[in-house]
Amino acid sequence: MATRILIPSGVLGLGFDEAALWRGVASGPDLIAIDGGSTDSGPASLGTATSKYSRAVCLSEWRVLMQARARAGVPLVIGTCGTAGADACVDWMYDITCELARELGQTLRVARLYSEQEPAALARAYEAGRVSPLDPAPAIDAAAIGTMAHIVALAGAEQIQAALDSGADIVLAGRTTDTAIIAALPLARGAHAGAAWHGAKVGECGALCSTNPTSGVILLDVDETGFTVTPLADSAQCTPHSVSAHMLYENADPFLLHEPGGHLDVTAARYSAVDDRAVRVEGAEWVPAPSYRVKLEAARVAGYQTTLLAILRDAHYVRHARAWADRLERFLEAEIARRIAPDAYTMELRLIGVDATLGTLETTSGDPTEVGVLCIITAQDQAQATEIAKLVNPFLLHYPLTDNEELPTFAFPYSPVHSERGALYAFAMNHVLTLDDPMQAFRLQIDEVAHG
Amino acid sequence: MAELGTLVTKIRSKNAGPFWVTVDVFCGSAARFAELCQTLDTPRLATLYGVAPERLKRFEIADLNVIKLSFPRPVVQGAPEDRDQHGAQYAVLLQELDI
Repeated sequence: MATRILIPSGVLGLGFDEAALWRGVASGPDLIAIDGGSTDSGPASLGTATSKYSRAVCLSEWRVLMQARARAGVPLVIGTCGTAGADACVDWMYDITCELARELGQTLRVARLYSEQEPAALARAYEAGRVSPLDPAPAIDAAAIGTMAHIVALAGAEQIQAALDSGADIVLAGRTTDTAIIAALPLARGAHAGAAWHGAKVGECGALCSTNPTSGVILLDVDETGFTVTPLADSAQCTPHSVSAHMLYENADPFLLHEPGGHLDVTAARYSAVDDRAVRVEGAEWVPAPSYRVKLEAARVAGYQTTLLAILRDAHYVRHARAWADRLERFLEAEIARRIAPDAYTMELRLIGVDATLGTLETTSGDPTEVGVLCIITAQDQAQATEIAKLVNPFLLHYPLTDNEELPTFAFPYSPVHSERGALYAFAMNHVLTLDDPMQAFRLQIDEVAHG
Repeated sequence: MAELGTLVTKIRSKNAGPFWVTVDVFCGSAARFAELCQTLDTPRLATLYGVAPERLKRFEIADLNVIKLSFPRPVVQGAPEDRDQHGAQYAVLLQELDI
């Protein structure tokens, strides 16, 4: 028995081809699955437990998907709600769902799967030897775990299956692996495990595995021997090359993928064209692990930042920007120590137009017209960061290259020139947590939302 | 001498999670793939990215004519010293490498 999963796009918030989505609904899917997040944009989403995408954008896309679910009469699942998959992100998505249920007059059973880990409880698990490092892992201890802003565990197929078993029309999942929401139902229905996970990996970014990456919508048919992937936008095609090349994407090892409870090995996978649009894949293997381990992600506050931006346009200063910045940095460090003596802090002058992107790895130099000077101050609290920025301010505006020249005045693009960036978050764990039972670190909340 | 980027179809880089970055060199043909598997030596690539050679994982994927390099990010994504949250600009160093 094949299981048909309709995937509208790689993530809620980036748009999809609506005509293609309705074609997918008409084709009789067994489940609609979409991802809601990623670590890709950095630790701030998890640190603040907020979505990086606009609520209005997510709501407008979720409206279409809720209508598609009603038409198809099958579950709709979103993984890693609100970018980070923290509990507040799941509730944010629940709020959007309730608002739309009222608007659309839908009566729904909604399952919320929570993935957040309470720092004190996880610290105890660490002390009990249940938390192990991956490579490379930041140094941690139980005390450090206790100070994390937010910690999530990545759910796998088992937790999504538990949510589906509740009879939910809609599953709003906290942090999950990108693949789990797609693999869960085929696995529960006895599909080939290697095919279910491999198909999920190919499909997790929507049409990125096709020749038209931005069209979004794809269909995945998973059965007892393999899977078939079909893009649904008119202009999109999947080819053996586009599908197999997707294993390279954002993957350190293009043949292995670790999941809760085991790993996928696609070394022996074979890709063949079904027709000029669809690709059939067989041969991937699922290798069960001796213990059930889930990956952890954590964000902690790593300081508070205030930044300033100045622009050098005078050709003399542009030409000697590095020497100027080095001299200014030395001067400022002494002044800050003498006049403010803050707790531990860092200050950097990044030269935009010289090497701001690659820093010491940069291998190329050129003759820019102008150079942006981005001063980044990271201190123990916001007030200290801004105090330092205010000390820096007049020197960033007027500091001369040598003592024997007239005071220059550079360009400040706005007033005030300093910007308070708030807390700086850091990814602080790259570890796994060993569980006795897949649901041990996760919680399900089932609600009836009635507006029919 | 030529820049590597002019010899191949595409070079891209991206985070593989917050702690790793991965660079894919799409060689474009079996001949170019075979040639670059010989030419691109791992110690030189490790130096380019400031990582120890033994920390650089290298995959030569003949089916796709792709050489893939993965290594721990020189700075963890989002750390105060990070300059490129998505790691997509690391590819430039390889694109501009003289061969």
